[in-house]
Amino acid sequence: MYGGFWQKVADLDRRWIYLVIGLATFIPVLTYIRVPVSITSEVSAVYDKLDSLPRGTVVMVPMEFGPSTMAELQPMATAVLRHCFSRDLKVISTALQIEGVILVEQVLRETAMEYSKNYGVDYVFLGYKPSPDMVILNMGENFRNSFPRDYYGIELDSLSMMNGISNYSNTACIVNINATSGVDYWINYANGRYGADLALGVTAVIATDYYAFLHSGQIFGLMGGLKGAAEYERLIGRPRDIANRAMTSVSVAHVFIILFIIIGNAAFFANRRKDRS
Amino acid sequence: MRREVPLTIVFICGAFMAFQYFVPHYASATVYEYALNWTTIISIFTLAVGIGSLVNLHSDRIARRKPTWRYSIVTLAALAFMTILGVSSPDALSNPTGLFMKVYFYILSPVQATMFALLAFFIASAAYRAFRAKTLLATLLLLSAVIVMLGRVWVGDMLTGWLPEGLRFSYVANYILDFPNTAAKQAIYIGVGLGVAGTTLKIILGIERTWLGGGK
Repeated sequence: MYGGFWQKVADLDRRWIYLVIGLATFIPVLTYIRVPVSITSEVSAVYDKLDSLPRGTVVMVPMEFGPSTMAELQPMATAVLRHCFSRDLKVISTALQIEGVILVEQVLRETAMEYSKNYGVDYVFLGYKPSPDMVILNMGENFRNSFPRDYYGIELDSLSMMNGISNYSNTACIVNINATSGVDYWINYANGRYGADLALGVTAVIATDYYAFLHSGQIFGLMGGLKGAAEYERLIGRPRDIANRAMTSVSVAHVFIILFIIIGNAAFFANRRKDRS
Repeated sequence: MRREVPLTIVFICGAFMAFQYFVPHYASATVYEYALNWTTIISIFTLAVGIGSLVNLHSDRIARRKPTWRYSIVTLAALAFMTILGVSSPDALSNPTGLFMKVYFYILSPVQATMFALLAFFIASAAYRAFRAKTLLATLLLLSAVIVMLGRVWVGDMLTGWLPEGLRFSYVANYILDFPNTAAKQAIYIGVGLGVAGTTLKIILGIERTWLGGGK
């Protein structure tokens, strides 16, 4: 009887697991319960850097994410852009992942509108070019090598913001929000070859890969997934924004996944003991 | 000649790119910028190769009525539809009310987001069935995963808030990410880096020739 129970637990139909995870994710979204989010030093380093820059400084915020990763990175992109525009920093952006160009253009345009920023004066969107490694190297020489014209087909030299801006050395820092393996190109080329001050915003699943670069000083800050976005929203004084609301779902889902791991292991050991006896 | 010419081109290009990194002369910088532009242009042609390969693969599946051949029709139809839509309207990417953008926002975007969101369900199911503390290493991995998962959300501090700071899940999670994780990753990156440098040197010098194809 005892063994039969644990065998049933071990053989639990996966659809029950799907149902529990579905409810654990969905119900917190409806309840709007907010959970505390602790601020980590790697996220506050990004905030501190942008916050310390004088008004009018040019920063680069290249964004490479698509619809599949927008849940994590779009809130992060919005928070970083809101911080930049609220501080009157000028933003140059690219989108070197083809699926995300439209999303990136949208988030940049809409956030700029929120702060009444003008295109070509306060921000510039260079758009997409294939072969991100070569584009990143080329921009290290001159933005115009890869992008003689911007996303909208306007010549870069005719945009007032781009006067005197030729390459990374004319920007204060780069905050790369990226869901692809192209992050490595920014580290190797923008930072390694051209010495650009670089920070990263990546999905949670790849964030652990970049702590090594944080500790070696190759990047000055790191935002990982929705948690990183939620931290940044709190730092800019917007704790009611989307990433913080979604953190409730993430927290509850984490708890249930851990409970599943514990139950799965309990069933495994109970069945193993029964088999041995 | 079929082997010597590509090998010579690779040697010259590889040796030059290594040389110019250390010689920031105007001439080498100019050639370097040209080389970067050429590479970008060449990579654009790989798009054509990719599309050709996709069309060939799916046409073959349809012609031979292989399993899932109906999905191949959808793939090819979608490829043709989006290409025609994009090429026929010059403002496809800037007109938010156009059909191209509507297809992107109301079909492609939800489909991709849904596919990625399904991962949470698969991870939960896989964790339940496969994440077992069978050995010491598996137990360490499991404990690390649980601590980092809890430490990254408020539940970790709620459960261990009464403990000294150094024993709280959030602190231990950061410790795991900062030290054991970083040490292991750096070792891997150094190994990979040395491997890449060694392989690159072998390719430039023509010792490694498998990229030429043509058998063993």
